Amino acid sequence: MFQIVKREEMSGGTVILNEIEAPLIARKAKPGQFVILKANETGERIPLTMAETDPEKGTITVIYMVVGKSTALFKTLQVGDGYQDVIGPLGKPTHLEKVGTVVCVGGGTGIAVLHPITRGLKEAGNRIITIIGARSKDLLILEERMRAVSDELHPCTDDGSYGHHGFVTDVLKKILDTQKVDQVVAIGPVPMMKFVSKITKEYQVPTIVSLNPIMVDGTGMCGGCRVSIGGKNKFACVDGPEFDGHLVDYDELMLRLAAYCEEEKRCYEDYCRMEESLS
Amino acid sequence: MSELTEKKEKKEKIPRQPMPEQEPKVRAKNFMEVPLGYTPEMAVKEAKRCLQCKKPSCVEGCPVNVDIPGFIRHIKEGDFTRAIRNLWSKNSLPAVCGRVCPQEIQCEGVCILGKKDDPVAIGNLERFAADWERAHGTGALPPKADPTGKKVAVVGSGPSGLTVAGDLIVKGHDVTILEAFHKPGGVLVYGIPEFRLPKEIVAQEIHFLERLGVQVECNAVVGRTVTLDELFEQGYNAVYIGVGAGLPRFLNIPGENLVGILSANEYLTRANLMKAYLFPEVDTPIPRGKNVIVLGGGNVAMDSARTALRLGADSVRIVYRRSKTELPARAAEVHHAEEEGIEFFFLTNPVRYLGNDKGRLTGMECLKMELGEPDASGRRRPVPIEGSEFNLECDLVVVAVGSGANPLLTSSTPEMNLNKWGYIVTDPETGKTTKKGVWAGGDIVTGAATVILAMGAGRKAADSIHKYLTWGW
Repeated sequence: MFQIVKREEMSGGTVILNEIEAPLIARKAKPGQFVILKANETGERIPLTMAETDPEKGTITVIYMVVGKSTALFKTLQVGDGYQDVIGPLGKPTHLEKVGTVVCVGGGTGIAVLHPITRGLKEAGNRIITIIGARSKDLLILEERMRAVSDELHPCTDDGSYGHHGFVTDVLKKILDTQKVDQVVAIGPVPMMKFVSKITKEYQVPTIVSLNPIMVDGTGMCGGCRVSIGGKNKFACVDGPEFDGHLVDYDELMLRLAAYCEEEKRCYEDYCRMEESLS
Repeated sequence: MSELTEKKEKKEKIPRQPMPEQEPKVRAKNFMEVPLGYTPEMAVKEAKRCLQCKKPSCVEGCPVNVDIPGFIRHIKEGDFTRAIRNLWSKNSLPAVCGRVCPQEIQCEGVCILGKKDDPVAIGNLERFAADWERAHGTGALPPKADPTGKKVAVVGSGPSGLTVAGDLIVKGHDVTILEAFHKPGGVLVYGIPEFRLPKEIVAQEIHFLERLGVQVECNAVVGRTVTLDELFEQGYNAVYIGVGAGLPRFLNIPGENLVGILSANEYLTRANLMKAYLFPEVDTPIPRGKNVIVLGGGNVAMDSARTALRLGADSVRIVYRRSKTELPARAAEVHHAEEEGIEFFFLTNPVRYLGNDKGRLTGMECLKMELGEPDASGRRRPVPIEGSEFNLECDLVVVAVGSGANPLLTSSTPEMNLNKWGYIVTDPETGKTTKKGVWAGGDIVTGAATVILAMGAGRKAADSIHKYLTWGW
């Protein structure tokens, strides 16, 4: 068992942080890599990109949003409980090098994944401008941690409850209009990455995105996570999860992410009903 | 038994004992094993058919040279314990091999009886002996040599890895199996379906190894969680790589990323390892197609098609570009598939997939083929018939056209030589790779093959590893 040593609730309990004991993975993991978690015997294998690793303490941290049965089950795990299986580190690490000015764009729980990458880029000597967005103020996570690794930070909310009233792309456009940017890293919901990439393509700024398609094994064996990159098939689990944002077929990715939407809905509703009847 | 009756019995022709099976209509709706196994009476009767040849060609036909007349003689004499001991001396997984070996091209294919009549049902007898031992045996462990103090890491817990682990633990070495998945067994667990190989049997084989002292570590992705070099730093003296092929092949035709097209690896892993056929009792879903097409003609294709049927498909069709005679699947699997109502489209090749505006699969365009000149494999090459395009309606396609070499481990180990397809280069006699202290065998060396060939490679490598640990490289 992989024990949970720290647990935090964010965004009114819709986003959960778990720090998990996994010394072998913690020793090896680099920013941008992911793990697969499975809660119990009948559980699903869920890939999550790591938000933090502590090789000395032997722990890894994941931050996830409760969106279905599996993540709802994860949410029930308390400190002292654990995951039956944690597999990793998987995927290729982020290429961290000094390029000059980097704009890091994060949306939703993507901010959690963006944090170690941003820190790595900062440590590599880049000037960091960060834009983070959420639907409303209470859903915006890790603002202070992101601020600590950024030279500039621009929060945005869809409803205007905090920071810029509007999308992260509005702020990005303004920055690209006013200064030279050498690279953009965008991690968040697929539509956000799609529109960020669309804008940066116009400005010809190299852009990295991190994809999280449906997968089973995470080692290149099932091919379920295949994504079209510049018209070629790549496996996100071994060739990614990070890709050139300008080459990703986002529309196909969105359709593929919805492959099991009916099953997921049914499973989640059954689970919620069961939880309700128990409490 | 008097001499007279014995003579009479020799003259009386015993027909090959048929294997009792679940009715096709019943079994097509459940995941329970299809063949039910011989009773002791059937087994003894079948064993009597063996001519006990002085120079048995069946032994030559077996990749691990099981003493076939020997174990069959023990069955004939009703000494099932000795039969299983005899089998174990050459084959550590007889319950598995009796079920999944392609006997018709190995032992049974060369059985002398088969020239004029049906060959002895060697596979069924092997299975019988193993099942009898599981049900009635004492569970006594084989003797183990004194500890040598040497540590061996076995990467992958499929048939070759299990063979290596079993062989080396009894020679006194300290053996640890590293498995990337959360459950051990490799292809025996994620690939071969329950109705062909009950997972309980695999679990028992692994438990047997654990009782012998083999350590099994799951969730260990060698190449990611730990590298080969780190294994040596941790004190391992030798490493065996039996990770399987593990890279699904697709056809690379238009529309292949539509929702509803899965590699057989994914489809079977969901069904078998994740038990998705029990969804929503378990959390992993699996697409339940109404009209399913499986591409390919091997065992994996048959397994996928029969799984789709059991998941409630209205129609399941196998599309294969060559003809029936070229089907690489085990004869029994093709027979079972046909009995269960799976339709075959031979000499048919997919050209492109068709989908709707939601990105979901709705059909497939195919081309009729005819057989031309033999190709490199010696089989007649299928050539398209011009203008023969036609559409097949489907909402699920399982692509079972073979596997390639997964580079996850090999790419993190540059000093290990690979061939041009990415498979590991080894000495065919010993399984030694070009990296000192590292052996490899099974599908990551040969490309996708059978359980028994992987076990044969494991046995050779285990012998060589033992020699190395005793006398050096």
